[in-house]
Amino acid sequence: MTDGPVEGRPGQLKVFLGYAAGVGKTYQMLDEGRTRAQAGIDVAVGYFEPHGRRDTIARAEGLELIPRRRVEYRGTTFEEMDVDAILARRPALCLVDELAHTNVPGSALEKRWEDVQLLLRAGLDVYTTMNIQHIESLNDQVYQFTGVRVRETVPDWVIRQASEVVMIDLTPGALRNRLARGVVYAPEKASQALEQFFQEPTLAALRELALRQTAHEVDARQSEPAVPPSGRAPAEGPATAAEKVLILVTDDPATAAVIRRGRRVADYLKAECFAVVVCPAGDLGRLPASAREAVEHHLTFARNLRVDTRVLAGKDPVDAVIEFAHRQGISQILVARPQATHPHHGAFRSDLVFRLIERAKDFQVAVVARREPRQP
Amino acid sequence: MTNGEPARPDPDELLRRCQSEEFRAGRGRLKVFLGYASGVGKSYRMLDEGRRRHERGEDVVVAAIQPERRTDVRELLGHLEVIPLVEVDGQRAIDRAAILRRRPRVCLVDGLAYDNPPAWITAKRWQDVEWLLQQGIDVVTSLNVQHIEERADEVARIRGRRSTSTVPVAFLRRADEIAIVDAPEEYCIERARREGIGNGDVAALEHQLSQLRELALLLAADVVDYQLTAYLKEHGGAQPYATLERILVCVTPRADGETMLRRGRRQADRFHGELHAVYVNQPDLSAADATRIETYLALARDLGASVHLLEAADPIATIVELARSQGITQIFIGHSRAPRRWAIWRSNPVEKLIRGAEGIDVRIFPN
Repeated sequence: MTDGPVEGRPGQLKVFLGYAAGVGKTYQMLDEGRTRAQAGIDVAVGYFEPHGRRDTIARAEGLELIPRRRVEYRGTTFEEMDVDAILARRPALCLVDELAHTNVPGSALEKRWEDVQLLLRAGLDVYTTMNIQHIESLNDQVYQFTGVRVRETVPDWVIRQASEVVMIDLTPGALRNRLARGVVYAPEKASQALEQFFQEPTLAALRELALRQTAHEVDARQSEPAVPPSGRAPAEGPATAAEKVLILVTDDPATAAVIRRGRRVADYLKAECFAVVVCPAGDLGRLPASAREAVEHHLTFARNLRVDTRVLAGKDPVDAVIEFAHRQGISQILVARPQATHPHHGAFRSDLVFRLIERAKDFQVAVVARREPRQP
Repeated sequence: MTNGEPARPDPDELLRRCQSEEFRAGRGRLKVFLGYASGVGKSYRMLDEGRRRHERGEDVVVAAIQPERRTDVRELLGHLEVIPLVEVDGQRAIDRAAILRRRPRVCLVDGLAYDNPPAWITAKRWQDVEWLLQQGIDVVTSLNVQHIEERADEVARIRGRRSTSTVPVAFLRRADEIAIVDAPEEYCIERARREGIGNGDVAALEHQLSQLRELALLLAADVVDYQLTAYLKEHGGAQPYATLERILVCVTPRADGETMLRRGRRQADRFHGELHAVYVNQPDLSAADATRIETYLALARDLGASVHLLEAADPIATIVELARSQGITQIFIGHSRAPRRWAIWRSNPVEKLIRGAEGIDVRIFPN
């Protein structure tokens, strides 16, 4: 007789975090799942991606696999996690590989992390795997390091929701060896990967990010506030009063990066976070169609990251933002770095940012860089 | 940078490079498994690596292992040859003579931080490991973060007692590989209790372990960062990766330096990042302004900032250059409300900084 899920309480999430494919996240997840099954817990595999890796496949042996759902899309058959089948089967612990996965179009939910929310809400515990480059707020840094714009992302709050985040570490040298031995990918893909994403300094940088993120997750789960790592007394005084962060949303595509940055800064400073847009009469319908679409897209994105969004009424965005900032006690406003300079006199085209800076009295203006891939 | 000419290598840089290549020649490779407490599985990971290397045909021996081990560890040990520790006055040390006779390719050394017997040739086990490396023998070892010399104060604050057996962080930085052995705190609680850490209060023990875990993760991140920086310098001084938050505060007589520095310190702490401060010398400062600058720079040092004092004809360009070389992610600058601001708009330093500091956030503080 094994223990099933406990009724009436949400399930607990555990994340196995890595910094690249092949570090051993799935292996570790399956290994711990087996240990739990041996201890009498009712464990089933909801989804697992074998990638043809022998050691990993061996780890799944003896664990119950819940059959996948087959989906036809444009003449091809895809296999996805079958949430309904898992909910009908109700294991106490469900193992779900690749949290950042995007479901094939036509699925009930777009993302696997959304499917996992359903499992947790039904009281199932979930073990899952993901890589550091899938964390939404790190998207721009990862682009800067690798030149790759990762499309499959998981909002930071999903990771924060986990009761446990564990870093699965392997040294870059060992990972490159595994890659060269053909453990991770098929040969031609492996040699391509070694040349690009899997270059040693890139791997080291991603690994450092993952170590820091895990440390942050451990910190965030501690009951008491941490003493500063510098070992000095905290820098107290009026200058360090509680922070409140405001993100200025416009139709500029760089707004997405500003939202990610604002979300991350607010998380680390334990600050409230708002995203605001200003438009005539507070009605997005009064904006030109293309601007409206971009702004709505940014507001949805902010809400998905659990940023509080507001539409302010005002003819002059600077007036409206300053008024809102005073009312809310905002400590810093994040704006996108003004785009291309004027071809003739070299000044920035948009003066919105500079007018905001001119008139700022009791808040700071943070001009968020447009992060481009670094020069090797 | 200019005219597309190749950058001339810095002679100091070249020297360092030669030295480091010389340093590595003929030397064994060091791999460290770092954990935050007993029971996370450091020894297991070390022995497992030894077993895999042995299976791949490498000549591996166990040069040091602690007694009373879990069954999975004992099972692994069964696959490996062990050179027992020698005992001197009731304390144990690595048997250097036996290893030299046996000359394995790889030695597995558990408990890197152990003290040697008082009469032994070296005081610490890590010094014997250094000797093994000099003999050209590879070493795979395990280490508990509680035994890092430079973190002893933090560990004492967390645990309420101080470890006397320590390894300097410099030794770790020279390791060829460092791997963190991470696990949730619950894994260590049973074991920690048996060893008498904590006083039976599970919540307090969990909190303690959690702080040690964070310490270990950040230490590993620092070692990775140090090695990455060294690697980039060796390979032509490429631009640093923005792997951690590095804040640069621009100190000027007109800006509210105190607020900027304190905010910078707090943000750097929250991000486990670095704080830097820069002052570009301005001739003809009034006595009052010169005093203000001195006060700010003293505060910057008190707050643990790296302080950069520069001379430059073009302060903004120099600050941007400094920021790039240091891998700065955010520049803090004060906004001075100059009376003739519209007239001097084109030469406004804030605008010039925003334009120049592409790829770096600029945070403007009001006066």
